[in-house]
Amino acid sequence: MAFSMDIAAVFLPFLGAVAAGLFGRRIGDRMSQAVTCGCVFLSACLSVLIFKGVLEGETSNHVLLEWIQSGGLSANWGIKIDTLSAVMLVVVNVVSAMVHFYSIGYMSEDKSKPRFMAYLSLFTFFMSMLVTAPNLLQMFFGWEGVGLMSYLLIGFWYEKPSANDASMKAFLVNRVGDFGFLLGIFGCFMLFGSLDFGPIFEKAPEMADKTIVFFGHTFPALTAVCLLLFMGAMGKSAQLGLHTWLPDAMEGPTPVSALIHAATMVTAGVFMVARMSPVFEYAPGALAFVAIIGGLTCVFAASIGLTQFDIKRVIAYSTMSQLGYMFFAAGVSAYSASIFHLMTHAFFKALLFLCAGSVIHALSGEQDMRKMGGLWRIVPKTYALMWIGFLALAGIGVGGIGFAGYYSKDLILEAALGQGTAIGCFVYVLGALAAFMTAFYSGRLLFMTFHGEPREERHMLEHAHESSWVMLAPLVPLALGAIFAGGFAFDLFGGDARAAFWNGAIFVLPEHDSLSKAEHVGSLLKALPVMLAFGGLALSWLFYVARPEFPAIVSTAFGAFYRFVCRKFYFDDLYDFIFVRGARKLGGAFWRLGDDAIIDGCGPDGFAKASLRIARRVSALQSGYVYHYAFAMILGVTGLVTWFWYNG
Amino acid sequence: MNGFPILSALTFLPLIGAFAILLLARGSEEAKAKLSQRLALLFSLATLGLAFTMFGAFDPADPGFQMKERHVWIEAFNIAYLNGVDGISVWFVMISALLTPIAILSAIGSIKKRVKEFMVALLVLETMMLGTFTALDLVLFYVFFEGVLIPMFLIIGVWGGEKRTYAAYKFFLYTLLGSVLMLVAIFAMSALAGTTDMTALIGEKFPRHMALWLWLAFFASFAVKTPMWPFHTWLPYAHVEAPTAGSVILAGVLLKMGGYGFIRIAIQMLPEASAYFAPFVVVLSLVAIVYTSLVALAQTDMKKLIAYSSVAHMGFVTLGLFSFTRQGFDGAMMVMLSHTFVAAALFLLVGVVYDRMHTREIARFGGMAANMPRYAAVFMVIMLAAIGLPGTSGFIGEFLSMQGAFLANPNYAVVAALGIIFGAAYMLWLYRRLFYGPLDKSDVRAMKDLTPREIVMFAPLVLLVLWIGIYPSAFRNVFALPMERALVPFDAQVHEAQNG
Repeated sequence: MAFSMDIAAVFLPFLGAVAAGLFGRRIGDRMSQAVTCGCVFLSACLSVLIFKGVLEGETSNHVLLEWIQSGGLSANWGIKIDTLSAVMLVVVNVVSAMVHFYSIGYMSEDKSKPRFMAYLSLFTFFMSMLVTAPNLLQMFFGWEGVGLMSYLLIGFWYEKPSANDASMKAFLVNRVGDFGFLLGIFGCFMLFGSLDFGPIFEKAPEMADKTIVFFGHTFPALTAVCLLLFMGAMGKSAQLGLHTWLPDAMEGPTPVSALIHAATMVTAGVFMVARMSPVFEYAPGALAFVAIIGGLTCVFAASIGLTQFDIKRVIAYSTMSQLGYMFFAAGVSAYSASIFHLMTHAFFKALLFLCAGSVIHALSGEQDMRKMGGLWRIVPKTYALMWIGFLALAGIGVGGIGFAGYYSKDLILEAALGQGTAIGCFVYVLGALAAFMTAFYSGRLLFMTFHGEPREERHMLEHAHESSWVMLAPLVPLALGAIFAGGFAFDLFGGDARAAFWNGAIFVLPEHDSLSKAEHVGSLLKALPVMLAFGGLALSWLFYVARPEFPAIVSTAFGAFYRFVCRKFYFDDLYDFIFVRGARKLGGAFWRLGDDAIIDGCGPDGFAKASLRIARRVSALQSGYVYHYAFAMILGVTGLVTWFWYNG
Repeated sequence: MNGFPILSALTFLPLIGAFAILLLARGSEEAKAKLSQRLALLFSLATLGLAFTMFGAFDPADPGFQMKERHVWIEAFNIAYLNGVDGISVWFVMISALLTPIAILSAIGSIKKRVKEFMVALLVLETMMLGTFTALDLVLFYVFFEGVLIPMFLIIGVWGGEKRTYAAYKFFLYTLLGSVLMLVAIFAMSALAGTTDMTALIGEKFPRHMALWLWLAFFASFAVKTPMWPFHTWLPYAHVEAPTAGSVILAGVLLKMGGYGFIRIAIQMLPEASAYFAPFVVVLSLVAIVYTSLVALAQTDMKKLIAYSSVAHMGFVTLGLFSFTRQGFDGAMMVMLSHTFVAAALFLLVGVVYDRMHTREIARFGGMAANMPRYAAVFMVIMLAAIGLPGTSGFIGEFLSMQGAFLANPNYAVVAALGIIFGAAYMLWLYRRLFYGPLDKSDVRAMKDLTPREIVMFAPLVLLVLWIGIYPSAFRNVFALPMERALVPFDAQVHEAQNG
């Protein structure tokens, strides 16, 4: 029974995608929507059943088909079900099902609905292949597959040049990450002689002292491999340095942002680090790097979020910042907390994006918060749901009871402190700071969008309307998740039940067990992030409701710094200058100088000039030289053969 | 198969077809064209049928040469008409037999003048290609190897574009250099070993200094053919000027003759010299991968862009081969198979719009996703294979080749992996300019989507690209044993890890 269940859960969305993608025009819009939604919904139900099975200790590892086989290298297509993949399957398929339903309403005006639904389902399939991969290679397959779907969906409205730019950027920045991921895979095979997780994890402890040489420098092998793999994670999860694609990815339709760029694909990097925890645990240098990058991203993204006016971009920066939390949790060996936050974040961030989509839909495509205001009367249900999402995001709660984010974020910060190292303290400070900023930009977004007086001309609001039930209904399960998922699942991810729950799916060295040590963190330090969150919320109320003139005063007072943050620390401009233009110039130079001037100049063209007379004759003969050549060849062969004949 | 000379039948059936066309196609220009097209298609399909029969009789469990035929040719020098296939060459026979009918199908739509002669040239070309890959005597190999050039010259020179003379002369100079040296090497080998039987030459020990010179002479020929940087500058011109069918065969089969030569002659007959020169070849391969990918980024002509991308892909072939690892060897073969289908499909795809608009200037197109959705979809699948997305054929080869290089020296793979970034950059940039954006050019808007004939052309290529990507073992199992055997002389210097 379990056998057919996991295969069905993974492949049903694929069937839906094929039906809608290849036969969409024949079966029509309605039918395409029905098939894809039905398949993904079934997958979601099956995922929940699989998760229930896993809770009872049922794990499995199915081989479907041989894939790559070469010498000692072998990688099969397969489905690995353990606690980690089951949690991910539930998150992916449940959110995906909701987004599928929501898309029926959101894309109702679009002319290529079957294509959209097919892409969404195909994405779901690739994501499922990623999380159930039994080896690094299939993980890479899913990894590239979701990247491809992200590319196609960001550029879904392909007439828009900005969407095309954004989609290419997403793919290429991710390719830079993949560069590292691939090298990490090569390194793994060199070290472990296998790409399957089982043998890799088994051998990891023996490899702790091995070294590897790159360009004359010796590195600890496991640290090098983990850093290379993490480079892939940085690309996919938009961490500092490889983050520039995520805000631009908001060019895609909003359901895509919710599913791919908030709840699932961007968390693949976190998943990968958790999956590889048995290797990362023996690479302390890599773990420290993960923690620092996560901590920095967390504050960096939140600070940009404070200054943006596009409603989707604010949420995008918030996503990046929350991914930072997940990474530094992993960096302090609190993988369980990291996946916990991944799960709660999937619910509340998908909810937020879909609510933002509902607002944008209501305003016929407007995304600039400066043109909104006073919307709570017009879209009251969306407004209420969005509050739930934001309270969860800000991690609001009192005395042990709160929204989902309250549990997971606090667990992460406690673990950082509990680790007891300088890096742990450092990321705790960054995380607490980001918690303050998170609450501030959340409040800012809510107040600017829904409160005060409408700032835009009246006519835009005349058509504004609350979304239909098909868009609102899928938000309800997500909202329930955003409220309750944290409290209900806390015991499994953060409590004493967690060892039994994970059942070996993640691995933490006893001396790294920051979650156990977290229990000894002082109560004031434990309460600090929540207090900061309340403070941030209050401050945003002061800035955007009580004293609306404050923001302008502050931004002028810190003019230069404000512009620096507002322009996203000039990362995009810098990359564009160095890499994009650099590569084109280099390409042009190689072509004109290298190929035309040097190689041809010294080679055939130079030869031609030296023997211009012959060249003239050749060109005068038009195509006659071919026969010449053939004739000369035959003559040559004959001559040589004859020569050997008489002298041999 | 007992006694039936299937390889000779296979090799010369297209030539018989060419004679049949010469004799039978008469009458008005139109009738001549029609009949020669039909005959060419018929003969090439019959050849494909024979090739499948041969493939069915082929035993992958035998690492040696099979279906050998031997007839004395020039007794005094021990030169024989000797042919046979092993698990390596059998694939090259298959791709030659498969691509020829596809090239003929494409020519039916696009070649309008001297149709009869064109069909004859294509069929003669097929015989030469099949002969190259089945020949087991060096002199015979040489005759076919060079014989390929004659019909190819004609195809570029007669049916080519405006600058065909320049293109053909460049092709001529480069290949002349290579083939003269190769001929000298062949006779030197024959003098040293007393035979030109390739099966005997594999395993023959040559004096070290001679082996090095011989290797260099063969290298000159194969490096031009592959082509390796910096011997690649003939390729963009040849492709740009060649008609679509010519480009398909050139990229699909002719370039592989270089890779095949490296395996069969450089590596199998001169292993020590190959090991000696390996760093040199690897460096050229790495330069090719990075350099030509960047050059491809700067191109404004579709065919030139794809031609440069071919050079980069062939860089993965030589990189994998000269890493002397199992993964590298398998990877090189997989890259060659994949590139055959991908490059052929890409040139056909360019041909589709060239037939309609008579330009290959990228800037003249845009927004075609809207009016040519099927074309856009096929292009997307092939593009994904070209950039090596897992699940397509492109990934398997590049992955294995780089894995092999990593085992030989991690730095090789670091440089080669840069290619996957640049490769994605130039292909996505091309796709974006062709298919996305507003559909605002009236001549582009007037174009029709793929015709049934074109769909028939692309269907096998798309299927193969996905099949190799998902289940490469079906292909690898055939060449695994001979490749393994080719690696034996290098085992001493190879990591233990990958033999597991």
